[in-house]
Order: sequence, then structure tokens, then C-alpha cells
Amino acid sequence: MSGTLLNAVWQGIVILVGGTLLGMIYKGLDRKLAAQMQGRIGPPIRQPFFDVIKLMVKENVVPDHAVGWLYNLMPLLSLASVATLLFYLPLGGFQPLLGGFGDLILILYLLAVPSIAMVLGGFAAGSPLATVGAQREMVMMMAYEFPLAITFLSLGWTLSTFMPGAHVFSLSVLAANPLWGMVGPLGVIGLILLFAALMIVTPAELAKIPFDIPEAETEIAGGILAEYSGRNMAMFYLADAIKMVVMGSLTVALFFPYGLSGLVGLSGAWGSVIDVAFYLVKVFVVIFFAVIVVRVAFARIKIGQAARLFWLPITGISLLGMLLLTLDRFV
Amino acid sequence: MNNQSINLDVGQCAATTYTVPVGPVHPALKEPIRFSFNLDGERIVGVDIKPGFAHRGIEHMGMKRNLVQALYLSERICGICSISHPLAFTQAVENAAGIEVPPRAQYIRTIIGELERVHSHLLWAGVGAHELGFDTLLHLTWNVREKSMDLLEELTGNRVDYAIPIYSGVRRDIPERKAHLAYEALEYYKGLLQDMIDAFLHDKSVEMRTRNVGVLTYEQAVELCAVGPTARASGVKKDVRQDMPYLAYADMNVKAITPEDYGTETIGDVYDMIIVRLLEVAQSIEIIEFCLENLPSGELMSIPKVPALLATLKKASGEGLGRHEAPRGEVIHYVRLEEGVEEPAAWKVKAPTYSNLMAWVPMFLGDEIADVPIIAASIDPCMCCMDRVHLADASGIASERTKEELVKLSREKTRRICG
Repeated sequence: MSGTLLNAVWQGIVILVGGTLLGMIYKGLDRKLAAQMQGRIGPPIRQPFFDVIKLMVKENVVPDHAVGWLYNLMPLLSLASVATLLFYLPLGGFQPLLGGFGDLILILYLLAVPSIAMVLGGFAAGSPLATVGAQREMVMMMAYEFPLAITFLSLGWTLSTFMPGAHVFSLSVLAANPLWGMVGPLGVIGLILLFAALMIVTPAELAKIPFDIPEAETEIAGGILAEYSGRNMAMFYLADAIKMVVMGSLTVALFFPYGLSGLVGLSGAWGSVIDVAFYLVKVFVVIFFAVIVVRVAFARIKIGQAARLFWLPITGISLLGMLLLTLDRFV
Repeated sequence: MNNQSINLDVGQCAATTYTVPVGPVHPALKEPIRFSFNLDGERIVGVDIKPGFAHRGIEHMGMKRNLVQALYLSERICGICSISHPLAFTQAVENAAGIEVPPRAQYIRTIIGELERVHSHLLWAGVGAHELGFDTLLHLTWNVREKSMDLLEELTGNRVDYAIPIYSGVRRDIPERKAHLAYEALEYYKGLLQDMIDAFLHDKSVEMRTRNVGVLTYEQAVELCAVGPTARASGVKKDVRQDMPYLAYADMNVKAITPEDYGTETIGDVYDMIIVRLLEVAQSIEIIEFCLENLPSGELMSIPKVPALLATLKKASGEGLGRHEAPRGEVIHYVRLEEGVEEPAAWKVKAPTYSNLMAWVPMFLGDEIADVPIIAASIDPCMCCMDRVHLADASGIASERTKEELVKLSREKTRRICG
């Protein structure tokens, strides 16, 4: 018993460190590639590491008007909740470490925690700019949570019609049984729509242009993060990096859980290596199209426009996807 | 709690506004100015504008130096309008002293002035894109802008502060061997213009952020005496080059550009300002081309020797007004010369931003806090041009004056100056 526990602890440490490093490397790639697309040279790919190290040694300023304990607690909460998410996701083709203790519904809630932490941190900062940012973040959450929830529910429900009695919201079950091959043509269109909705929710969840409205540097000087500095800022930075991996892995697990090892006929250690490498590429492709290309190609939109966009067209797309999947199963 | 009191509470809640300060140091601002916004949620219901953070007392310094030295100072009022101020200043002094400017010099001044408009408008477009969170467009626009900067460097030796105009003419010629560089740059911009229009005016996210944002109606523009592209975007056909042609502009038919020229209805929003500025880049290219093709031959300065020039200026007395359509609007320099002194007896600068400052208020009202950066940028403000006064009490702390006090003070000063 103690052996399994020790094993789990080791695995947990590997996942945490690996997920963080991966997030930082993806962040570096994001900055480099975005710069290249904008006709700039861009920072070196290891720049996020420099940034975090620099932030860690900088002074941690707490504004006079801030509610100190809340202000200092929120970056920690944000980082802890995103790090927890790593344990519930199938990373690199392996089973999620805590797969038996939580499912997609828990992930939906855990995804909301960093945003709530930022909202509370923003309000606790006691600065008008951070307050505006926190209000905007709340509106953003209300806007994108609905299509996200519809996507999760539709996938789980569709799988439940194929496998009655199975734990359909468990990510390992969802990842082991990709729906693409099971549903008919209508269902495939439905899945594509749900995938599109998730791809549009991803930059909003990560607060990237065109949805970086709560941070909007030119408008509210960083908004929620306006007052944060030093160690607290580094924790938000790390949380952001890990969340990128989380969103990428989530999309990959839900829609593209395929591995290469079966195809090339490898098993054992080499099979795992190929699967992990393929998984990294898949996550990168998702991040590339959902975050990097989008943030280069668009201007920041306004909070009202973003709310309308998510409540009407994006919710519409996800509901249509749900409807098509339902029709596919019953007609 | 009964219904009535609940209603009352809700009413009080809705009526509360809060204040968000923007500036004097804020990422949305490229130069210091302070806005105080009264917000109802995200909506702006009131705005207070406080300028005066970039005052350096340049006019005062100029009045302590001889006119040639003051010319150098005038060039350093602003880094972007670094030809507009000297152009207006030299015209003012030439008017006061009755000095003629040879035609070739007038054409060269026009060419440099229009090149400045090209690079200034492109700079503005990039800044505008950045304020919208569209950094890709910022980098591409500024990359395109480099060509005009390179050409200016090739023609004048400097990327900013071109040191071209001097009383009675210009300091440098545009020789035949350099003309092809200018033609090359003009062709480059002609080829890119449609791309620029596509990138800015046909982009959905730019349109979402600028259409019906920061609207300045025709009536407001006229009433608040807005100038330059700010007024023209509201449909006011106002352009010094058209209304009172000077330099080489009299030889061509310059027309004030309004959004009608693009074929759209005039709304007076930020989108219209983009239209006007992009079309003005095209107009400037045409003007430069005309000037290059029709460049008259002849001397560069009617008084080529600086000591002779200084002696002439020292003998001169009188008042002069110089005006120029700077990229941001009309800039006016007033100069009074007295016989026997080398310094200007009075020097007054009115920069375009000064006239456009009040246009900000109707533009901001009713829009959202998210629109603040682009509306602030839309008039292309230039604080260092505009800040001509800063009030401080004896201990150096900034103070304020009401309108009545200011009128009284200015009348006293006018009497003092006029003796």
C-alpha cells in the first residue's frame, strides 16, 4: 500500500514539474512564433523561464488599499487549482493520476477556480483598474462557461447512449472511446461544431487576444494583474502557462485521443515515447491554432461584444452540435 | 421591506458612478495628460481633462535667443511634427520681416512637409492598431513607415529634426541624383496603399472597435473649432492647404479630404478618422510627385549668408503669422520682431492638439472605458506641441484657474505686451 502511495507521489511530482516546464516552453514558442508572424524577431524561447526567475526575486508589493490576506492568497489558489487539473487529465496517452477520483464535471469546476481567484484578487487589490478588470473577468466567465458546459455534456451524453452503465464523464473512458468512429454523418458534423466551440472558448479561457479583455494592457493597464508584482505575479504567470497545457490536453483528450504506437507497431517503452511525442505535437497544434494564430490575427474586442459573441453565436453553435448528435442517435 | 423602498434602493444603486483615472502615466497614453472618467459600469458619463504635464517653456527660451537659434528650438517643440513647427515659424518671421522665399525652396519645403505627413499618419495608424490590441497591424504599419523615414534621412540627413527650412529659403537642395530615391519610395507606397486600406478598413475586428466609437458630429466639430483630420473626419472641409494656400500648395489644387471621398457616409467616428488619414497619405504622395516633377530651378535662399540674414532680421520690425497644415491640423506661429534686437519680442505657438482638445469631451461621453485608448489616440494628440502653460504656486505645486480668472489674466498680459 505504501509502495503505491510513494509511486503516486513520484508520478505526481513528475506531472507537476513536467506540466510546468511544458507550459513554459509552449509560452516561449507562443511568443516567438507570434513575433515571427508580426514581422518581429521575438524573444528567445527560454524567455518565460527568465521572466519567472526575475519575478521571483522582485519585491512583492501589496498596495495600501488591498485586503492583504485575500490579495496574497489568490495567486496561490490559482496556481494550485490549475496544477490540480493536471492530475485529472490523460497526459501523453497515460491514464490520469487521479482519474478514479474526479471526472469532466470536476474539471469544469476546477477550470473556473483560477478565474474566480483572479476576480477576487482583482477586487482585493483595491485599485480602480483592477476592479474594472475583475468585473470584466466575471462577465467573461458567465459568457464562455455555458458553451463549454454544453460541449462537455453533449460528449458525455452521446457516449452514454453507446455504453450504458459506463462512467461516461470520466476522461479516461472518453479518451479510450473516441466518438468520431461511432456516430453517423450527422453526428460527425455535430462533433465538428462542438470542437469549433471549444476552440473559440480556449482563447477566452486563457484570456488571450481577442478575449484578453480583463487584462487589456492599453485600456486598464493589465486590469486584474495591474497591482500584482514579484512572487504573486510569478504564480499567476505559471498558472497561465500550465492552463495552456491543460486546455490543449483537454481538447486533445476529448477530440483527438489517438496514439501512434499502434499504427507503427511499437509497444512498451518505445511505444510510450512515440505516444508522448505525438501528444506534445497535438497539444502544440491545438495551441497554435486556438491561441497563437488567433491572437495575431485579431484586435481585442469589447466586453459587450465578447458577451454577445459567446451567448448568441457560440452558444448557438454548441447547441446545434448537441442537437445534431441527438438527431444522429435517435433518427 | 416593502416594494417601494426596494425600488428606491435600486434607484440609488443605478445612480452611483465611480471615477477611474487615466494618466498622466498610462499605457494608453503616449504622452502625459490626465483624464478623470466618471463611469457608470463600463459607460463613460463624465470626463475631466487636465493637460500641462509636458510644458517646457520653449517660447520663453526662444525669446532669449537670436532668431536662428530660436529656429532650432522650434524644430524641437515636437519630434513628430519636427518640420511643421519650423515651417510655420519661418513663415511667421518672413512675414514679419518681409523676406521673400525663392520658388525652389518653397517646393522643397512642401516636399519635406508632405513626407512628414506620410510618416506621421502611418505612425498614427500603427499606434491606433496597438490601442485596439492589434499588435500585428502595428508592426506591419511601422515596418511600412520605415521607407518614408529612410527617404527623409536620405534627403535631409536626419530621421527626425530635418533642419531644412531657414528664413529666406531652405538649407539643403534635393539634387537630381537623389530624386529617383523619392520616386522609388512613392511607387512603394502607391503599391501598398490598397493593402493598407484592406488591412484597416476591411478588417472585421477593426470595424467592430471603431465604427460608431468616439463620434464627433459635424456641428460639434464646427462649434469646438476642431482642426485637421479630426474635423475632416466629421465632414468639415477645412484644410489650410485648401483654404489659404501657401508654399507650393497654391500651384496645385489641394482639396480637404472627408470620408465622402472614400464613398461612405460621414459619421465622424474613429473609423472615419482612419479613412481620412489613409486617404491623406495617398494625397501627400500625389503632392510630392507633383512637386518633384515641377521643381523650379533657381537659388535655395534669397539671403544665403547667415550673418547677412541675422543683420536683416535685426533691422526688421513688425508682426507675422505663419500657418501650416500639420499632420494633426492647423499649426499657427505668431512672432513680433523689434528693430535693434536679435531675439523675437514675442513668440506664440498654437498647436493643432490645442484646438482638438475640447473635441475629446463629446467623443468620450457615452462610450465605454474600453474605447478610451482609441478615442484618446484618434485625434492624434501631441502633448509636447500643445502644452504651452503650466500653473504652479510659489512652492511649485500645480494649481488651477477658473475660466474667468484666465480671461482676466490673459487680458492683463495682452495689455502688458501691447504696452
